[in-house]
Amino acid sequence: MASQDIAVKPSTDALFSGSSRNSRRNMGQFIRWALLFGGGILMIMPIVFMVSTSLKFPFEVYNLNLIPEEPTIENYTYVLEDGRFYRWFVNSLVISIVTTASAVFFDALVGYALCKFRFPGRYLVFIAILSTLMIPTEMLVIPWYLMSKSFGWLDTYWGIMFPGVMTAFGTFLMKQFFETVPDDFLEAARIDGLNEFQIWWQVAMPLVRPALAALAIFVFLGNWTAFIWPLIVTNSVEMYTLPVGLSSFGDEVDVAWELIMTGAAISTLPTLVVFLIFQRFIIRGVVMAGLKG
Amino acid sequence: MRFYNNLTISQKQIVWAWIFLALPVLFYVVIRFYPTANAFVLSFQEWNLLGDRKYVGLENYAKLFSDPVFWKVFKNTFLYLILGTPISLVLSFIIAYHLDKVRFMHGTIRALYFLPFMTSAVAMAWVWRWFYQPVPIGVFNNFLASFGISQIEFLSSTTNALPSVLACAVWAGLGFQVIIFMAGLRAIPQSYYEAARIDGVSTWTVLSEITIPLLKPTIVFLVVFSSIGFLRIFDQVFNMTTNNPGGPLNSTKPLVLLIYDTAFNGFNMGYAAAQTVVLFTILLVVSLIQLRLLKDS
Repeated sequence: MASQDIAVKPSTDALFSGSSRNSRRNMGQFIRWALLFGGGILMIMPIVFMVSTSLKFPFEVYNLNLIPEEPTIENYTYVLEDGRFYRWFVNSLVISIVTTASAVFFDALVGYALCKFRFPGRYLVFIAILSTLMIPTEMLVIPWYLMSKSFGWLDTYWGIMFPGVMTAFGTFLMKQFFETVPDDFLEAARIDGLNEFQIWWQVAMPLVRPALAALAIFVFLGNWTAFIWPLIVTNSVEMYTLPVGLSSFGDEVDVAWELIMTGAAISTLPTLVVFLIFQRFIIRGVVMAGLKG
Repeated sequence: MRFYNNLTISQKQIVWAWIFLALPVLFYVVIRFYPTANAFVLSFQEWNLLGDRKYVGLENYAKLFSDPVFWKVFKNTFLYLILGTPISLVLSFIIAYHLDKVRFMHGTIRALYFLPFMTSAVAMAWVWRWFYQPVPIGVFNNFLASFGISQIEFLSSTTNALPSVLACAVWAGLGFQVIIFMAGLRAIPQSYYEAARIDGVSTWTVLSEITIPLLKPTIVFLVVFSSIGFLRIFDQVFNMTTNNPGGPLNSTKPLVLLIYDTAFNGFNMGYAAAQTVVLFTILLVVSLIQLRLLKDS
């Protein structure tokens, strides 16, 4: 560990010599640590303020103390009993889970087919799917809206979900990861008499499990926080997702900040809790998806 | 089944490939390619959702380019890009560079920076909106007031509103960039640094001659990724300026919000489609220019 430290900061050795060297270095290292830590605390202040305010009574909201003098969960019971947030939470959860399951399944299916099968048109299909990454969602929302309108998909779960049931990004990511699965494994399974679907599902899929999980996290987070399309496709309050529901309070003249913060906390805390539990894994997944994708 | 059994192995592969791909290919054609073509076609038409679609040639584009609101929005969109991308890249590089050298509580500090990335933009837009309110509500102004500093108008001022909205967007994206930068830094072989140490090279030289050049692929990826993000900014603007989205006086309105307004408040579908084609072109050109510039130099 120590030798690595020196290797990372070469110049300190050249600048400082003698007995003061170590103390000067430690001092510098401490300042670096303190600034980074302070910056990190600042980074989470919006989240801390949100949670703290959601636990306050209205009279205390304008106090900027972080720990409420009289903590209460009344805002949460009020917001959840009101029914709207409960419904939006369920909507968001159902939509995110179904879309994630679908996207992971199909992206892996397509990625595998493009990686492991030799067939005419393979390159064309791959380029075609990859090229859709260049098309911004914002360009598609108008045609999607017109399509949903004529098929009666407006204001339905399917209407919210259909654009995301497969993703080009995930397909590309999974194709990259299936490259690491040796063809010999698949050949052996073929000799054992498995059909191609079974080979994919029983042999190849377990080998790319970390990639599947990373993709699932990305897709889930994307759907949980998705805003512009659910905003367009829903119009009844019961069909809103959490972000759309939260956004709908913007029209109110008198904002009850403690209730808004409670709603914001309800829509943020689930992903934060998941992150805190699977922190290492998620960060590795983000790097994997970011660099390979 | 007998037909299948008579096929050669490579023919069987072709059959299986298309079994795997049938539904997905249908999806990409119907949900991606057809709508893209539809958007282009619609951009040459006039349609308010009720009557018939009417071809108007380039009229939508002519109207757009002579509309002062569009040019205001165009300027705003590029302001988000030109301010947002360098600020977030420099900040995240500084954080990643130093965090890479810290061992004590490394994982915890990394988590603190990454946490905002896991939040919902709409929820956090509300939190920042609250922070920006005037006294007695807003956190920032209360903080200033406690030091006797006069109030700052954040979201209600035409000059401050855009940077205020941008700050929230930069904050939310920073953690991702830090993580990617750290992965890039880790990928640089230690032997380069050891060689530099033996030669007694200064920190700055190491940074400019070793670290940054070797980080080029990471930097290219992050510049393109974050530029696309800032050019498409919508959630934060829509939710921090809800009483008058894009306000005050269009001073925060980005292109995506203009598209949303034109299509779903004004129901000028053709005109909105023309705006999406412009957005598409901007994204394409900016990405290509950046890839070219950063790969060559």
